[in-house]
Amino acid sequence: MAAPISVLTKTPLTFQELLFQLQQFWASRGCILQQAYDVEVGAGTMSPETFLRVLGPKPFRVAYAQPSRRPADGRYGKNPNRLFKHTQMQVVLKPPPDDIQALYLKSLEAIGIDLRQHDVKFEEDNWESPTLGAWGIGWQVMLDGLEITQFTYFQQCGGIDLDPIAGEITYGLERIAAFLQDVDSIYDIVWAREPDTGREVTYGEVRLADELQFSVYNFEKADVEKLWQHFKLYEEECQSLLAEARGRLGDAEDSDTESRSRLPLLAAFDLCLKCSHLFNLLDARGAISVTERVGVIARIRTLAVGVAKAYAAQQTQPVSA
Amino acid sequence: MPAFLLEIGLEEIPAGMVAAAQIELAERVHKLLVRERLTTDTLQVMSFSTPRRLAVRVDGLSPQQADMEEEIVGPSLKVAYKDGVPTPAAIAFAKKSGVEVSALQTIQNAKGEYVTATVRRAGRSAAEVLTGLLPAEIAGIYWPKSMYWRAGKPERFVRPVRWLLALLDEEILPLEFAGVRADGVSHGHRVLHGDKPVVVRAPREYEEKLAAAYVQVDPEVRRHSIRKALDAATRQIPGARWREDEELVEIVTHLTEWPTVLLGDFEKEHLTLPEEILVTVMRDHQKYFALEDENRSPRRLLPNFLAVLNIEVDEAGAAVIRHGNERVLRARFNDARFFWDVDQKIPLVDRVEMLKNVTFHKDLGSYWDKTQRNREVARQIIDRFDPPIFDADSVKFKTFCSGVDQAALLAKTDLTTEMVKEFTELQGVVGGLYAKAQRLPDGVARAIADHYKPTSQEDSIPRTPAGSIVALADKISTIVDMFAKGFQPTGSKDPFALRRAGNGVVRILAEDTYLRDKLHLESVCWAAMQETSAMQDSQLRNAIYSFMLDRFEFYLQESRSIHPQVASAIRHARTTGGFQEVNGQLVGYGRIVGFAEELNGQVGSPEVLAVAELLKRAANIQRQAKEKGIQFLNAENTALLQDPSEEELARLVTEVDASIQKNYREGKYKEVIAAIAGLQQPLNAFFDSVMVMVDDPQLRGNRLALLSRTVSVVRWAADFSELASIQETA
Repeated sequence: MAAPISVLTKTPLTFQELLFQLQQFWASRGCILQQAYDVEVGAGTMSPETFLRVLGPKPFRVAYAQPSRRPADGRYGKNPNRLFKHTQMQVVLKPPPDDIQALYLKSLEAIGIDLRQHDVKFEEDNWESPTLGAWGIGWQVMLDGLEITQFTYFQQCGGIDLDPIAGEITYGLERIAAFLQDVDSIYDIVWAREPDTGREVTYGEVRLADELQFSVYNFEKADVEKLWQHFKLYEEECQSLLAEARGRLGDAEDSDTESRSRLPLLAAFDLCLKCSHLFNLLDARGAISVTERVGVIARIRTLAVGVAKAYAAQQTQPVSA
Repeated sequence: MPAFLLEIGLEEIPAGMVAAAQIELAERVHKLLVRERLTTDTLQVMSFSTPRRLAVRVDGLSPQQADMEEEIVGPSLKVAYKDGVPTPAAIAFAKKSGVEVSALQTIQNAKGEYVTATVRRAGRSAAEVLTGLLPAEIAGIYWPKSMYWRAGKPERFVRPVRWLLALLDEEILPLEFAGVRADGVSHGHRVLHGDKPVVVRAPREYEEKLAAAYVQVDPEVRRHSIRKALDAATRQIPGARWREDEELVEIVTHLTEWPTVLLGDFEKEHLTLPEEILVTVMRDHQKYFALEDENRSPRRLLPNFLAVLNIEVDEAGAAVIRHGNERVLRARFNDARFFWDVDQKIPLVDRVEMLKNVTFHKDLGSYWDKTQRNREVARQIIDRFDPPIFDADSVKFKTFCSGVDQAALLAKTDLTTEMVKEFTELQGVVGGLYAKAQRLPDGVARAIADHYKPTSQEDSIPRTPAGSIVALADKISTIVDMFAKGFQPTGSKDPFALRRAGNGVVRILAEDTYLRDKLHLESVCWAAMQETSAMQDSQLRNAIYSFMLDRFEFYLQESRSIHPQVASAIRHARTTGGFQEVNGQLVGYGRIVGFAEELNGQVGSPEVLAVAELLKRAANIQRQAKEKGIQFLNAENTALLQDPSEEELARLVTEVDASIQKNYREGKYKEVIAAIAGLQQPLNAFFDSVMVMVDDPQLRGNRLALLSRTVSVVRWAADFSELASIQETA
């Protein structure tokens, strides 16, 4: 094996600098910078900043880094390439500008990737989430054989056909950082470098305990019966909020904009997200048989589609009689 | 003669869709030119494609449509004139057609006399026609999956259209599609050329201008240069060659605009992983070509790979890209090794129970249920070998049976492994590898590995009879059970890929050298129907069998290039079976294919045509008699044979019957056909001197019985009446 070759001549970005650069880049292209959503999600797409904002006609641009939890992917911190919780840098551009691909490639240059010295390919990869009633058409972006981004033209969300559609760019930050820094283990990524002393703080120092302990909980300790109870409680509460909202929004006479806008659909969506995460936990515990699986996914989908429909209706001005 | 160029600029088209779209665009443009009378004798249509563009260039098209005269039919004469005076209807028709009333003519057609107008249409220019009609052709291109991108969703296309280049000689055709107006500008390689517009002044400049902008627009040229570059990179390693992979060459051709090739290495210790896994990771996941040692047999993998890049870089750049690709591959191999080690902790035998948690189909239960079913059907198939596979009491037979059973038991267990969860395309293969690693008999490991085979027309059949039996059991039981649940394929819908399963069954029966003379399609179907609802339901049985015979007919045509009429004649032979007439001893399906090929070779010959004509006549008489409800005798009564030609035919048919069956079973197909052709003389003589439909019911019934037997004897081998008016094969 050849001696390691530094990918970049200057010092590569730390994990947090990588985040800064991408935030800076997209903020200067008109994106609102959001913080990560504070309910457990499996992917940046599930944040209401994407899932709900792509609905309806209003133009919208947002960027945020979303810790994404996939309990079944945990490896007790022992696998150098797999994490229970990884970070997705999510950018949503609705409607997508004509030069969206060129913008994306510029963002790679902004994090220190000289495209003239690398091999970039856009390879077909369509995205679909049965749980969210969502799908899109797009690519995985390959950089020197490494998948670094999922690029999707969102076509449907919450069972609703989108118009205009949205462009969604999802960067896998850990992968990109490991690539830039040329480390073989995610845990060796330099997260931060103290400016005065040059002392480095690694990803492992920041997150290893997290990975280990949550793997223990997700695979061994989570109480299956209680998880099911939680699931039911969240589901029921979401359903009852949705039932009320449906009644109000379906009533043509009720043109009171204020009472419509008070309908707590954002809260209903949080409850739906809780169910989704609980499902993932139950799955990691091996508590969902194959036959049950389809049924449970359908229950979550009902909630997600219900919220999306009600939310879309809420955004529309009622036709005054 | 003018030249024309159209280029559609797109965001990256999926590699698997480019080639078909390129062909379709060229065809659409060609057909448009024909339809619009813009072709000349020197017309030449060329097409190009890259991931970001589809293009077509036409040389020698006509600049202008010829003017045309057209006759338009108007109202009937009666309506058009009253007492010789034009009515308002005639005046309106003349006005609409743009001619004077006095210029109207009269014609006589099937419906009577009508008024017509001769209209002169001035030919339009090619520019006008193309500008007006091309957008609809672009919009009509078929895409397996397409998307919306513009607000209001005015059109769907594979990916967003970003530019259009349309030139008729040096004139820009201002056509519009998807909100983009055509211009004289193209775009080069994203990185190597950058944003600078590529101005194309005339169609002939196209390839050259794009090549200067680092885009090789002709996929044919790219394919060739990739192959040469793969060869060149391979030469860096003495004694190495890259593993030929046409499909992968095709994919990387459609993933690149300016391809180059890079050689990379991986650590030798990864070579301890099975080759199947290494190659799947490299090929399917990374689109790398594997390298192998040219001089070793069997060919061994080398710790190297070739990646096809879409960029040209200097040495420093190449080092960076090589390093990146090697990093990814190393991580992938480490993953595979991890899965391998984890999976070995639970041997396949202990995974059978775990199959209870893997759904096969919601109405058909788990893979555990499927496993039990496959074992039983495999047993049933072995019972139906004719002649038997081994002496039933022999040790060999017992060993064989227990091997098949063990393979059927373990065939699906790899679905529970981490390796198959990660590399789903390796199902079966992983099972075989694990079986070997867990020191199960080689035969069992091979049968497990092969039991999904053949997965396509191109794929090979299982390597061993045990593998073939498990494969047959797996496929036929799925077909029978799905049919029983009402999931048969309809039209283009075949969600459970039952046609593919059926094709696999037929191919194994026809091609497995060990089974093909001992196993009949009907036996295989019966094996799977035991103890199912099909036993009581003859309609279901017939549906299944007719589906399987469809697959057989398809196989004869597609894989054996048998003329469709011959394939149909064979399908309707008594040898192919069908539950209507089980005829005692069955012949192996390999024999049937052998006969089909011989018949296909002779089908145009005068002998075959002549006897086919006569047999068709016999069959027709028989059919008409049946339709009229005329009684046949069950068998002919020799006492009622009056004419010498009747006696001769009756005697010969008996002889031919024995001869057909004997020769057929011995694989002497020429003799079978000769025997059938030998019926020409006696049949001719019979038709010349005997009247079948006489008034005497006894005599008539007897003659019908004789003809019926003649037809049936021949139909044992093929329904010759279908070969009477055979169309020459293309």
